[in-house]
Amino acid sequence: MTTTTVIDSQTLQRDADGHLENMAEWNDQVAQALALEEGIPALTERHWLVINYMRKEFKEKGDAPSIRKMTKESGVDTKELYALFPKGPAKKAAKIAGLPKPKGCI
Amino acid sequence: MKKLVILGAGTAGTMMLNKLHNVLDKSEWQITIVDQHETHYYQPGFLFIPFDIYTRKDVIKPKRDFFPPGVSVVSAEIDRIEPGQNRVLLKNNVVLTYDYLIVATGAKINPEQTEGMKDGLWHKNIFDFYTIEGACALRRFFKHWEGGKLVVNITEMPIKCPVAPLEFVFLADSYFTEQGIRDKVDIHFVTPLPGAFTKPKASAILGDFLAKKNIRLTTEFSIARVDNEKKAIVSWDEIEIPFDVLVTIPTNMGDEAIGRSGMGDELNFIPTDKHTLRAQNYDNVFVIGDATDLPSSKAGSVAHFQADILMENFLSAVEGRNMTASFDGHANCFIESGFGKGILIDFNYDTEPLPGKFPLPGVGPFSLLEETKMNHYGKVMFRWMYWNFLLKGLELPVESNMTMAGKRM
Repeated sequence: MTTTTVIDSQTLQRDADGHLENMAEWNDQVAQALALEEGIPALTERHWLVINYMRKEFKEKGDAPSIRKMTKESGVDTKELYALFPKGPAKKAAKIAGLPKPKGCI
Repeated sequence: MKKLVILGAGTAGTMMLNKLHNVLDKSEWQITIVDQHETHYYQPGFLFIPFDIYTRKDVIKPKRDFFPPGVSVVSAEIDRIEPGQNRVLLKNNVVLTYDYLIVATGAKINPEQTEGMKDGLWHKNIFDFYTIEGACALRRFFKHWEGGKLVVNITEMPIKCPVAPLEFVFLADSYFTEQGIRDKVDIHFVTPLPGAFTKPKASAILGDFLAKKNIRLTTEFSIARVDNEKKAIVSWDEIEIPFDVLVTIPTNMGDEAIGRSGMGDELNFIPTDKHTLRAQNYDNVFVIGDATDLPSSKAGSVAHFQADILMENFLSAVEGRNMTASFDGHANCFIESGFGKGILIDFNYDTEPLPGKFPLPGVGPFSLLEETKMNHYGKVMFRWMYWNFLLKGLELPVESNMTMAGKRM
């Protein structure tokens, strides 16, 4: 089931879990709006470090990284990842980065 | 002579060995299986040990009972695989070369991955039930326990048999009721998932069962450490849940040998094609069961369904044909729900568990996503099927790929 959301007069297709259907529609404003939905009022430099890492990883591997991989490679430790993206860093950061739901999330 | 090496003689490796031994020409193929352990454990039975339903002897048999004659059995620890060289190095300095390799090295718990887990309270107030030692230690503990806070916590996904932790709390409810101390036991199920289970529809139904059985549920709790002094688990966002006894499902990882071989992901699971079951990076390596990184459940039933697919694709590959058999992620799980009843679920990559009848549409005898006595008997009977049919690679009356017949949308 897909839904649509309008952000900055741009109509976005979303999947059942709220992830963007089309990665190309993603930009900084979209990220900010998606973050707000997840209860993150403003994206800081540390958030962006993680988001950029997520997008780079997805481009190279075709899947969003797991929390373990994020801890190892993003430059942000687990504790801070949970502070930045409360409850589910892997899932939330992927969503805000405009990526599909990580395949490992079963 | 062509050489096939199978690494691991657990559920998946033993099944593959028996299936391929039956079909490969013995004048052309030499089959070798490697495993460091002598004893085969019926892992689904571990769940019943803490509640005194099974004992140790109900879940063990010698591995050699399941090896067909004419197969070379090597009892040694694997040091590493060198897939570029087509060889396996063993810890006893033996080197095995292969034309084809099947990796079935499984998954195991790694409590060391969580800070404080293996400090003072391990196997005193903190137990696992994914090892024979943990399950037996917990039985001894429960025998004399007078009640208090029982916390069951999943550390992180993926884990072997994702329904087992739920079965554990259902059985605990039943066990402590029979002991007459249910009112003194606070059962608390704590999971990193957003619900009781991984799949939404089943999650809602199983969540209702928890509520009905007066079992507390905390979701989206990701454990960071165990505070041994306070006897509490603490999440990454500093929420504390106190316990008198903690039953942990620790981080599950693939074998260390996979890590040493550089063939695994960050949890030592091997990137595997989810349909053909061939290793993503090596054409002559296949992977089966818990050792894969597939987004299917890590369970014996899944390995069983994979075995049929893998056999077809293996035969295609060695004969130079295209691999046409495709694994669909099929899983079939009997869930013990306590008081002599059980629930059955049947699902795959794309279709989540649905209600209905199984395996005969409209007839059953098993009911999907419903609590019945017959489902419990199915689970009890399964141990016999496991030892006598499944491990020997014999056919069961269930299709490898999931069928929609008998299911209600």
